[in-house]
Amino acid sequence: MTTVHIPFLQTGTLAVGGRLLDDAQRSLQSHADRPSSLTKGHRACQGCAEALAARWVMDTAVEAAGGRLVVANATGCLEVFSTLYPESAWKPPWVHSLFANAAAVATGIAAALHAQGRDDIRVLAQGGDGGTVDIGLAAVSGMFERNDDVLYVCYDNQGYMNTGVQRSSATPASARTATTPAVGRNPGQAFGQGKSMVKIAMAHEIPYVASATVADLRDLEAKVRTAMSIHGARYLHVLVPCPVGWGANSAESISLSRAAVQSGIFPVIEARAGELTDVQRIRERAKVEDYLRPQARFAHLFRPGGEDALERWRVLAEANIRRYDLLGGAS
Amino acid sequence: MSGHDAPPTVGVSTGPATSLAYHTGTWRTERPVYVELSPPCSLACPSGEDIRGWLGSTQEGAEGFEAAWRRLVAANPLPAVMGRICYHPCQTACNRGSVDEEVGINAVERFLGDTALDEGWALPSPAASSRRRVLVVGSGPAGLSAAYHLRQLGHAVTIREAAAEPGGMMRYGIPAYRLPREILAAEIRRIVDTGVVLECSTPVTSLDEAQAEFDAVVLTMGAGVAHHVDIPAAAASHIVDAIDVLRDVASGKPPLLGRRVAVYGGGNTAMDAARTARRLGASDAVVVYRRTREQMPAHPTELDDAVGEGVRVQWLSTISAVDGPKVTIERMVLDEEGRPHGTGEYEELDADTVLLAVGQDADLTLLADVPDVGVTDGVVAVDPATLMTGRDGVFAAGDVSPGSRTATYAIGRGARAAKAVDAWLAARVLPAEPPAREATTDRLNTWYYSDAPKQHRPELEAARRVTGFEEVLAGLDAEHAVFEARRCLSCGSCFECDNCFGMCPDDAIRKLGPGMRYEIDYDYCKGCGICAAECPCGAIDMIPEVR
Repeated sequence: MTTVHIPFLQTGTLAVGGRLLDDAQRSLQSHADRPSSLTKGHRACQGCAEALAARWVMDTAVEAAGGRLVVANATGCLEVFSTLYPESAWKPPWVHSLFANAAAVATGIAAALHAQGRDDIRVLAQGGDGGTVDIGLAAVSGMFERNDDVLYVCYDNQGYMNTGVQRSSATPASARTATTPAVGRNPGQAFGQGKSMVKIAMAHEIPYVASATVADLRDLEAKVRTAMSIHGARYLHVLVPCPVGWGANSAESISLSRAAVQSGIFPVIEARAGELTDVQRIRERAKVEDYLRPQARFAHLFRPGGEDALERWRVLAEANIRRYDLLGGAS
Repeated sequence: MSGHDAPPTVGVSTGPATSLAYHTGTWRTERPVYVELSPPCSLACPSGEDIRGWLGSTQEGAEGFEAAWRRLVAANPLPAVMGRICYHPCQTACNRGSVDEEVGINAVERFLGDTALDEGWALPSPAASSRRRVLVVGSGPAGLSAAYHLRQLGHAVTIREAAAEPGGMMRYGIPAYRLPREILAAEIRRIVDTGVVLECSTPVTSLDEAQAEFDAVVLTMGAGVAHHVDIPAAAASHIVDAIDVLRDVASGKPPLLGRRVAVYGGGNTAMDAARTARRLGASDAVVVYRRTREQMPAHPTELDDAVGEGVRVQWLSTISAVDGPKVTIERMVLDEEGRPHGTGEYEELDADTVLLAVGQDADLTLLADVPDVGVTDGVVAVDPATLMTGRDGVFAAGDVSPGSRTATYAIGRGARAAKAVDAWLAARVLPAEPPAREATTDRLNTWYYSDAPKQHRPELEAARRVTGFEEVLAGLDAEHAVFEARRCLSCGSCFECDNCFGMCPDDAIRKLGPGMRYEIDYDYCKGCGICAAECPCGAIDMIPEVR
């Protein structure tokens, strides 16, 4: 998936940079003069992976667009923590309108720029899972269906976190939220509910769909670059652990992302025109427990009565591993 | 500023202020701090080498080799020698062993040592003369190390060696197939070139006279005297000391041992003797050892090499009598404490020669009439901190004094003795070694280290080995040495991988440029701890914030 092959140099391809690497082989985030599009002083919680992913995505997009990038932002954590009036933590031109309409606003910006002959200016829309998978889905689907020239990025923290951790349709089964308490026979979010935004995007057969995490910076940068090299509707879905909403230690946002990928729970994929074109293989197989146990929202899975739910997680991971060939055994 | 001529403010959405005005650092309850911890390799190195440091310079490639060698010889002036004969406890301690395989530190050390000899790099020039004179008795690893470090500190140093050639056990005990003599000679010559006076065939016979001539004396006579056990033996029996055989071979006078050789003992000298016997034409070399493999004092690689060359081992056996070519062996059993006891069962073994390798004793002839230099358990008693003996101004290091009997330990103790002598000459108190904080495996985030196998040194085919004294292990070439050095995890010391800088959600780490590492911007750092969790080498601590 990561296209640059780096010869073994103390840490190989896995670290952010490295003093032994040529400049061209380093990630953008390793450069002292990176854009830092989302700058210091934002009010994201300690260990917020969304803030981290947003800087990585935006920096890469800004660089790919030669600095000519306009951003439309849906309502959500990302908007709230970055723009407390009168301050803004954003360096690129950035606009917020409503919860549901970031995709529509971005479509309008792209159409207006095209009408002015300014196709050199690129447009990016972004939001959380609430603004994308729930509230904004109609606008996102319309933008996909018309193949508007917008890169839409969803930072998926699996719930409405800044309003007090309510469930969304991206909240995983069995997770405890304020609206799906861990009580009763089937505690937490019900099994069988929720939807996969990556599959929905692929079903629109748009030019480019990809998923990524904050556990692999180089992969994420490569995907943003690929997306920016294409015109038309593109979708990037980034898993972003939320220490507050997930009940995890703020230092664990990266390691939780890594466990999600290495256990098979979160497949990291690439698709073009609706066809799966690449998957990131599991490097060091992890157990689903490695992902679930550090999170207080899954604490009831590890108490008596949680065995069934835990087993369903194992089945889910196995299904992903089979469907996406995450262990690379099918070829 | 506004007016009809002002440019339109199209696309400006950053608003009237920036979030930089808000200092999120006030949220912090724990703060990350960069730390520099001691790696397990250096802590395990008896010579006290800064292994992580010189591997780090080697990683730079050819332009870093000389700097790497200079960091290496700051502790050990014999890297080409030790790169061959050291039992590398550093590698046993290496944290990479739990990731894939330990770093081949010893092979890189040898590469740097050999490169320095090829390039003719000279050891550092000594400090200005102290006008003090120090005598070193003996030129083994402890003596050479003490002399080198004393000379570096500016003292006038003379080594007096009883044998015809310098090097002690490195010259007369370790066979040439493990340590070619020209390598040893070249590294000794380099020490002499710093101004050390080396006098061979000059035994020191009087400590009083030595002290009259010199301001301080360092005793490094080693332990070259074979230990003896009483074995009933008939007149025609051929029993010789293994150490004498090794010495004769090293002196160019190989003895006749016959076709069948029994070696009594389980240490490295026994292994060297058995392997040497094979090279001298013995078709059958049997090591007789009274305990089991687990308890054998010989280094496991030594045993493996010997067995690979056709040496047999008779475990749980003692030699109870020797009668001409017939050796009587008693079978042993171990009790609960692991001590061997005779079973009363005997068997016979054919051996033309029996080589005794049951230990070596310190050479204490010089101290026969010097009661104030105390001897405890067969070695010279020293103050553990200063290495000074019972007599003022007389120090001891290496095999003649207490401690592990290895060359690497001797080098470390020689260096320590040099520091102690230097402090004593200046009437200073030698500062204690500062306590070290170890970079343990649990501090590392090994996810970031790619799997990379160790570069194995090509070994001579076993069949070719027993035909002569050609060196068994070949060296690494430059490319592989650099690769091997780059396998170092840099435990407990930032190597600028950029993880903290790249993974800070709050953009609160500043990158200061090559070699300058990073700086945390505490005005904005919220103390989430991601930098510490994702630091591969454990070089960031999270400590409670005190306000």
